[in-house]
Amino acid sequence: MGYAVDIFLIAVSAALINNFVLYYFVGICPFIGVSRRVEMALGMGGAVTFVISIASFLSWTITTLVLMPGAPLTRWAAGFFLPPEAAAAVDLTILTYIVYIFVIASSVQFVEMYVRRFYPPLYKSFGVFLPLITTNCAILFACLVIMGHVVGVENPAEAWDLGKALTLGFFGGVGFTIAIVIMAGIREELELCDVPEPFKGAAITLIIGGILAMAFMGFTGVDSGLRAALGGG
Amino acid sequence: MADQPTATERFVQGILPENPVYRQLLGLCSTLAVTNGLKPALTMAGAVGFVLLSANVIISLIRNLLKPHLRIVVFTLIIAAFVTMVDRFLAAYMYSMSKALGPYIPLIIVNCIIICRCEVCASRQSVFTAAADAVGQTAGFALALVSIAAVRELLGTGALAGVRVLPAAWPDWVVMVLPPGAFLTFGLLLALVNWVAARRGGGG
Repeated sequence: MGYAVDIFLIAVSAALINNFVLYYFVGICPFIGVSRRVEMALGMGGAVTFVISIASFLSWTITTLVLMPGAPLTRWAAGFFLPPEAAAAVDLTILTYIVYIFVIASSVQFVEMYVRRFYPPLYKSFGVFLPLITTNCAILFACLVIMGHVVGVENPAEAWDLGKALTLGFFGGVGFTIAIVIMAGIREELELCDVPEPFKGAAITLIIGGILAMAFMGFTGVDSGLRAALGGG
Repeated sequence: MADQPTATERFVQGILPENPVYRQLLGLCSTLAVTNGLKPALTMAGAVGFVLLSANVIISLIRNLLKPHLRIVVFTLIIAAFVTMVDRFLAAYMYSMSKALGPYIPLIIVNCIIICRCEVCASRQSVFTAAADAVGQTAGFALALVSIAAVRELLGTGALAGVRVLPAAWPDWVVMVLPPGAFLTFGLLLALVNWVAARRGGGG
């Protein structure tokens, strides 16, 4: 029961309350750039959700098995040329950023090749957005949040398992999709309006983003209310 | 290489004509996220400046060794290494600031300004030009961050860099230091810059 509540709250929090775009400002570039048509926005959102889930899975696995202090694979590998107690203390967290960005870049490449080979219709709908995603901060951000909940957690029982990491990644992507689709819907209508010259393009998009962010602020505190209502820990 | 801009041109262009934030719309994540006060904005500008300068110099030094299809990977790995240094430095010497900036320091890795400058300038021109370009772009980035942060902090808390300047009667517009204020302030300032540029005939 407690675990299900945790998962549910992580999902709601990632998708709505602390929306990646409107609260943490990650993924702003596609939010401004690709939000002109609703179909394009859906394609981009789908691609990001897809890659972010894979990246969350990989980053959680690599952090737990290799990077964190006393991780099993590292201990096993270091055991060949270090005494056991020194091997258990090997800490590779300093390599985290390099490893993550490498994982993201290569998984985007593999996903692109795989989708192009086996799902041509899917490739048509969001394949063109895939290369752009490597430099999408939302993905690295999700990996970093997961790392923050795995490494350096005081109480080992509170460290996130794979289920929670995947939930955060997937629903973070869903939240990104929600934000960018709403934005695209508004911008389609905006083309019929008479926007003052200096505001054309990015400026009016940002101001709409501000109003959307204000609307999403209405969700603040929903998570503690839900937790109380569901009786979770 | 005769038609490439010189070091001085690169430096000057970075500040206003090709300002990374207002004119090229690059690096918006950090621009919006850290501008709720002047101090985090300046720290972020310093961190980005260090990474940009180091990455530009290193890439300019190895530019003849780069293979075209691998260059983006090389850029990213070099940037990630320098970002790790900045992150550890801040955690060691400015712990509270490092906590406040949180994930936005590692997110410098995917800051488009740096990859864009590596691609446009450092991988084609000499070390000196690349360094001048990095300093100019950093100045432009810092200028943009400070302008947004000043507006937000002044209206949101009535203070500048933590020192109260508006009278106590000022009702703090808390929303300005919250996420919506970032979007609104940046949108309005961007429109202002567009307007000024159009009036001066600079295109826009």
